[in-house]
Amino acid sequence: MEEKSVLEKIAEANRPVTTGIDGRGIENWVTIYIMGRAYKVPADLTIMQAMEFAGYRFIRSCGCRAGFCGACATIYRKEGDYKLKGVLACQTRVEDGMYLVQIPFAPAEKATYDIDKESYNGAALLKYYPEIARCVSCNTCTKACPQDLKVMEYINAAVRGDFETVVEESFDCIQCGLCAIRCPAEIVHYNLAQLARRMYGKYGLVEEKNVKKRVEEIEGGKYEKEFKKVMGLSPDELKEVYVDQQKTREVY
Amino acid sequence: MGKEMKYIRGYPEYMRESIALVEKTREKRAGKLPPQMTMDGREEVLNLCHPDYAPGGKRAISIGPNEGDIAPNEVVDLLEAWSLIGMDELDLDNIDYDTDILIIGGGLAGTSAALLADDSGVATDRILLTNKLRHGDANSIMAQGGTQAADRPNDSPIIHYIDTLGGGHFTNKPDVVKALVEDAPKVIKWLSELGAIFDRDEGGNFTELSGGGAARKRMHACEDYTGLEELRVLRDEFRNRKIPFLEYSPVIELLTDGDRVTGAVLFNLETGEYKIVRAKAVILATGGLGRLHVRGFPTTNHYGASADGLVIAYRAGAKLRDMDSMQYHPTGAAYPQQIIGLLLTEKLRTSGAQVINGKGEAFVFPLEPRDVEASAIIRECYIRDNGITTPTGMRGVWLDTPLIEIVKGEGYAQSAFPAMVRMFKRFGIDMTEDPVLIFPTLHYQNGGVETDPWGRTNLKGLWVAGEISGGVHGKNRLMGNSTLDCVVFGRRAGTSTAEYINSGEPAGKMTLEHVKRYNKMLKGARIKTDRKSPMILPDYRGKMALARMIDVF
Repeated sequence: MEEKSVLEKIAEANRPVTTGIDGRGIENWVTIYIMGRAYKVPADLTIMQAMEFAGYRFIRSCGCRAGFCGACATIYRKEGDYKLKGVLACQTRVEDGMYLVQIPFAPAEKATYDIDKESYNGAALLKYYPEIARCVSCNTCTKACPQDLKVMEYINAAVRGDFETVVEESFDCIQCGLCAIRCPAEIVHYNLAQLARRMYGKYGLVEEKNVKKRVEEIEGGKYEKEFKKVMGLSPDELKEVYVDQQKTREVY
Repeated sequence: MGKEMKYIRGYPEYMRESIALVEKTREKRAGKLPPQMTMDGREEVLNLCHPDYAPGGKRAISIGPNEGDIAPNEVVDLLEAWSLIGMDELDLDNIDYDTDILIIGGGLAGTSAALLADDSGVATDRILLTNKLRHGDANSIMAQGGTQAADRPNDSPIIHYIDTLGGGHFTNKPDVVKALVEDAPKVIKWLSELGAIFDRDEGGNFTELSGGGAARKRMHACEDYTGLEELRVLRDEFRNRKIPFLEYSPVIELLTDGDRVTGAVLFNLETGEYKIVRAKAVILATGGLGRLHVRGFPTTNHYGASADGLVIAYRAGAKLRDMDSMQYHPTGAAYPQQIIGLLLTEKLRTSGAQVINGKGEAFVFPLEPRDVEASAIIRECYIRDNGITTPTGMRGVWLDTPLIEIVKGEGYAQSAFPAMVRMFKRFGIDMTEDPVLIFPTLHYQNGGVETDPWGRTNLKGLWVAGEISGGVHGKNRLMGNSTLDCVVFGRRAGTSTAEYINSGEPAGKMTLEHVKRYNKMLKGARIKTDRKSPMILPDYRGKMALARMIDVF
């Protein structure tokens, strides 16, 4: 028999990830409940992979599959536990006895504003999202966050007009909406944080000097002559310039 | 996976033995790198191991504008396929949406295009952005490493230009690269003025890092959530301006008057209805094709990256280029099973992480261009046999992430890579203490629909922007040039379509003549297949469930 090529071996090793999982030969299984109905699935899968294994083909509740887009927000409870937990289906391994449901959409309000016309102070946050003043400090938002952000803390910071804390604590927000869905005060944390970050980015930081200068230089035509020169080089000359340039690399 | 396997801090015992070898050499390796490869060395490893160059897996396209060009089988299969819609099935005279500019795809490119079209005098309600999934469900949002822009005093657009050409093996379109590098600082400034927060140093200047194949530090990052920050700011601005948009509405075919693109057929994924859009200009910003799993590779790409735009553009007569060239990111996760193929940003390597084999040896300069780096890792695993095999049979080598804090100082990994640290923690691994296992993963479509510096294609009425386009990266893209490409050419396509609209172009007749013509070519080439395209979404349903599915309801 002819030996398999390197690329054939690679394709074979990846088959479960690229085509869908074949249940044969899997030793460890768990039972999960998808919207109440029980399915036996391999224990080493994420919630998303397990639902696909069970026969679901996603339209909603599946986006980047890597923890960046917030499409697969999922709420689950374990058998015998009263707590509801918020997770991302693509980033959470299944556990035996999970009762789960996905939240594909949060019907949350987003304020409309013109970022160029806002004045940079906490009043703007309260103007567009007055409900942040209704926070009862129950911390449910923080507990619901699949990114483990300190959501309640940044809401409190927003009430104080402390932009820096809002930015710092909300920066890793993927806007899945689980905080807003669970909040008893009906705050839309993630949209408020978006407004605060944009205001901070626009008004709270000094203008970066290098980029400003470079844009002016480019617009003033500073590089045109040199572009003309390098664009006129022969392939061999260009290669030589490239090799020399690579020798001058900045690494760390 | 056997029940008896013992795990220590996320790794099975036998992998721990190899980790011990990595730890043993770590101190000696810190700050010392293996030499860069020579141009000959690069070529040798590419020919030996790169999936684009290694034999098999591809064939010539047999019909259409690129007849005779080589592309991966997975791509050619979709090009040599029938339309999803029957010729007389649709009522094209009943227009559901009448617009000036139809933008297909809401990642960084599509969203930027919408904003610039809106800036350029096209009425807001004469723009329509349509998304296959949600607005923002795109590869853009997953971009981690950064966006290139030559703005530091020791850098220049010329140096960026030469880096980009060299990285692309000098196959890029020079005028398009010039537009890319010249607009780059402008784009960073624009995003900042919209409120995007790029990493800064104490003096308020951008913190910029190097990237594979880049001679200067010019990567502008937002922790390792760069794409997320850029896209959520643009999307927020988009919503503030009330630009019309649709979600869960992929485009399944373009409409033309025979030559010129005049509209599109949308499909409501949830109800199964089709909708007809009449548009004077169409911008395709549908992204890439990772979900085709070219050559059986896992992918970093999002769920909808299935080449839809490429396929329908080709059917309408658009010219492609460099479709033989895919990018395999050197550092995809190889372990644990739940995250196989997901991206571990190149920024990890620009921050000090080294690529180490199973014996604890640094076998490659960690910042070669991506195709070279990926090939060297494949060689180490499958030809030199110095990799580690996971419990599920994947092979990989180590990315020595604990080195980051040795190079950059304690606490750096958590602050610069919250997404990566978080992901591994979710699966029981602390990447600040232990190395992580990696193997190349399908990441990017280097080529695509051929474009000029304004996103124009060979078809009147059709523009492209972002990953779907071909020319700017040639046959290999550099880190930090993709988010840049999306915003630069999204903006340019927005401006260019607006100029076209403002010049008074009338709407055209909407037909499927081009599909008829394509069907004739398929028959003429004696292609016997029942394949249909575009693919829209991949199918990962379990084999056991699929075997028992019946269609009765």
